Amino acid sequence: MKEPVDESRDEVVIHFAGDSGDGIQLTGGQFTETVELFGNDISTFPNFPAEIRAPIGTLAGVSGFQLKFGSVEVFTPGDMFDVLVVMNAAALKINLKNLKPGGIIIANTAGFDKKNLNLAKYIDGANPLIDHSLDNYQLHAIDITKMTREALKDFGLSVKEVDRCKNMFVLGYVYWMFSQTPDNTIKFIRNKFKKNTEIAEANIKALKTGYNFGDTNETFKTRFRIKAASLPKGKYRNINGNSALALALIAASHKNNLELFYASYPITPASDILHELSRHKNFGVKTYQAEDEIAAACAAIGASFGGSLAVTGSSGPGIALKGEALGLAVMLETPMVIINVQRGGPSTGLPTKTEQADLLQAIYGRNGEAPIPVLAASSPKDCFDVAYEACRIAVEHMTPVLVLSDGYVANGSEPWQFPESKDLKEFKVHRPTGDEFVDEQYLPYYRDENHVRPWVVPGMKGYTHRVGGLEKEANTGNVSYDGNNHELMVKTRAEKIEKIADFIPKQEINRGEAGADILILGWGSTFGAIETATKELIEEGLSVAHIQLKYLFPFPSNLGELLKTFDKVVVPEMNRGQLTKLIRDKFLIDAKSISKVKGLPFTVDEIKERVLKLREYADQK
Amino acid sequence: MQTKNKSNGHGENLVAKDFATDQDVRWCPGCGDYSILKQIQTILPSINVPRENIVFISGIGCSSRFPYYMNTYGMHSIHGRAGAIVSGLKSVNPDLDIWMITGDGDSLSIGGNHLIHLLRRNFNVNIVLFNNQIYGLTKGQYSPTSPKGQVSKSTPFGSVDRPFNPITLALGSEGTFVARAIDRNPIHLREILSAAHDHNGASFIEIYQNCNVFNDGAFEEFTDKSLKDKNTLYLENGRPLLFDNESKGIVLDGFKPVIVDMDSYSPDDCWIHDDEDKIKASILAEFFDYTEERGNYLVLLEYFIKIRGIPMSRYSRIRSTFINLKEKLIWIHCSVVITSGKLNKA
Repeated sequence: MKEPVDESRDEVVIHFAGDSGDGIQLTGGQFTETVELFGNDISTFPNFPAEIRAPIGTLAGVSGFQLKFGSVEVFTPGDMFDVLVVMNAAALKINLKNLKPGGIIIANTAGFDKKNLNLAKYIDGANPLIDHSLDNYQLHAIDITKMTREALKDFGLSVKEVDRCKNMFVLGYVYWMFSQTPDNTIKFIRNKFKKNTEIAEANIKALKTGYNFGDTNETFKTRFRIKAASLPKGKYRNINGNSALALALIAASHKNNLELFYASYPITPASDILHELSRHKNFGVKTYQAEDEIAAACAAIGASFGGSLAVTGSSGPGIALKGEALGLAVMLETPMVIINVQRGGPSTGLPTKTEQADLLQAIYGRNGEAPIPVLAASSPKDCFDVAYEACRIAVEHMTPVLVLSDGYVANGSEPWQFPESKDLKEFKVHRPTGDEFVDEQYLPYYRDENHVRPWVVPGMKGYTHRVGGLEKEANTGNVSYDGNNHELMVKTRAEKIEKIADFIPKQEINRGEAGADILILGWGSTFGAIETATKELIEEGLSVAHIQLKYLFPFPSNLGELLKTFDKVVVPEMNRGQLTKLIRDKFLIDAKSISKVKGLPFTVDEIKERVLKLREYADQK
Repeated sequence: MQTKNKSNGHGENLVAKDFATDQDVRWCPGCGDYSILKQIQTILPSINVPRENIVFISGIGCSSRFPYYMNTYGMHSIHGRAGAIVSGLKSVNPDLDIWMITGDGDSLSIGGNHLIHLLRRNFNVNIVLFNNQIYGLTKGQYSPTSPKGQVSKSTPFGSVDRPFNPITLALGSEGTFVARAIDRNPIHLREILSAAHDHNGASFIEIYQNCNVFNDGAFEEFTDKSLKDKNTLYLENGRPLLFDNESKGIVLDGFKPVIVDMDSYSPDDCWIHDDEDKIKASILAEFFDYTEERGNYLVLLEYFIKIRGIPMSRYSRIRSTFINLKEKLIWIHCSVVITSGKLNKA
């Protein structure tokens, strides 16, 4: 038997793919946890079909989980895979194009029988595992199904139950390949199947069999070692974007003694925020599954009127329905946070795929002059900071605030060094000072120097007042149809939001220097790809810088000045150039759009290529 | 906290006018809304709730201007959504005494979804639905309760849609207090409003309210001196169903209520109202009043049902509310259908 050669690498991209019923997401999740415990930096990208159980073996039913892990800082789940694990022919067909030349394929041969090959639309049932079409890759064709069945034959389980363990065989095999121990997953399995020890032991047996198979299988020549990353010291946990949003809301409410009320209607990919929050009743969190999207927004308005930290979350189609209610929140000037976990649109669009095409909806999507501050999260862990900041702005400036996330950061995960309570900002909650009275009459719309009114809630004695969606008279809040008053109120509400720019941090450059030839300007989940592309372009000797916007409305006060220092500004977005429009409009600069709307995040190479192309084009001129 | 405006509440002997604001009431002269406003302002001093704990929430429509005229906390919101706002507010502050003011367009058309779910969840709130069978604020289009054939701005040749019955809807939504009253009987209206307030759960009151501009006389059969006795029956718990100065009564023939002459029947023969019997309430709601086209018919006033279910005063009780109601009540499918919609007069 040949000893395997250990190969040391900085980072590796591995992609697990199979039927949506193959347990791919669980396998990927477990592998992530293990390498993270080992100390690697990670970035993940689950990619699954919208159908819960698409027909088995078909191209439509392929579910994928991609993970990049490394001993260096990792910003994206990677463009091309080093290792592709496929449970059937369809999974190979869909993913092969993204495997690096010479990359490793681990294939379950049982998923390449005649039926599967036909379902995957291989012409005349040609089998890529035997027809030499994969000669440029390192192919490990293993009959995982058969080996799992063999290993578990004494367990007395049904064939179906046995077959469901085959993902554990794969996982064990991959653990061996990356020099990782299966211990964490064994613990996980014991806990998950606490009530069914037989199933637990079968899964563990499959896992160990896969691991041992790697150890004894003489064809396997290379074993990878990825050293732990040198992340700053502290306590870490793995976090995905939706959980980070949920935790931020809890943190904001607790830190500021406000009760958290989260109202939502189930929608992909935002529902996990509701799921996560509903598990935390111990923190006094109230979750409300409303009868529809409109009701969720309105219930949040009611809760805000009642003095709670009120939040509603959804995705694009739901935000469209909430539009009128958001206008009411603007009119009432009541604090509230609205989360939009964006997905492919318009209409139902691509529910499980990612996109950034709701930016203009967020900024402009209401009737009348209805400005709402808009923030965007750039990574799973950034969701925490952004949601916390949104709560602060909402409460301190008495306004609804929109948070944009998307399917990519919502489901993707990374290690997160979570903050301690003492590091979290305390909000200034505006209560009346006593100045808000004229002739003993309370003035609900009496404002401070930042145009902010106090937050008075029912139950406070001496302050009874009425609010509403009709235009209100300055100070008194009484209904007013006077044209001059209306214009004054429209301006006042707009100025109140503009003034928020004075209370947010100045824009900083993420990488590179002011005055560089090219600025790559991004917002939201494109952060990782742009950051990596910028790093590589700088290493290649180009004068490039990267700015990632968190505050999209209002913009940081120094942004215009900063942008003018760069020769060219290019804006990669998963839409048709929405931020590009805003930048051109606001700063009158010739920003160029790099657009992608394929339901998938940018790859690093895509950004690099497009930036270089734009540069060449400019040079030719 | 500093208190500068007139304090009130417990033991401060407020009167009705303390609940009026300085805003001019802008309903059309002669509108039925004035009576409802007055009756609510009249009962509030006696419900023993501090003024700052009272909140009026409305949607959009003539009725929904109501909160501006109440010197309490209030919100005039957006069309149809008062019920959803009420649900959020009650969830976070169960101690508030919340009144939702709405109309037939607001809560039976654009906001229908929220109304049924507010009733289903059974928050301890009061829902006051002004039913004038017309859209008033938008100047006279037919509404979901307008009789078939209603001539309105949007139906110049008469509407072809069938109306529905708010009482049946409320019962079908698992309402635990479902009542009907009329703007022109202030004493009875006040009784119902007080009973609704006392009910621990979502109380639903449909109030027949005359729109004297766009739908004048819609409820004349129940308000005209010469007609009202013949056409209205006030339900009273534990009492036989008698009306028209007790000259007429209602007996049950199987599942079918039949009007009889009391010359040949005794009150013991009559249907005895039981306000905790949901099946009877459903039969009552189905069999009387709602006709597709306007004509002579009987209207039942007073509450149809008052179930002592566990109200959803706190959000976490939502499940127990459901279970309790289901255990208590068994739904029997009613097989009797009235095709004409009119009362079968014996």
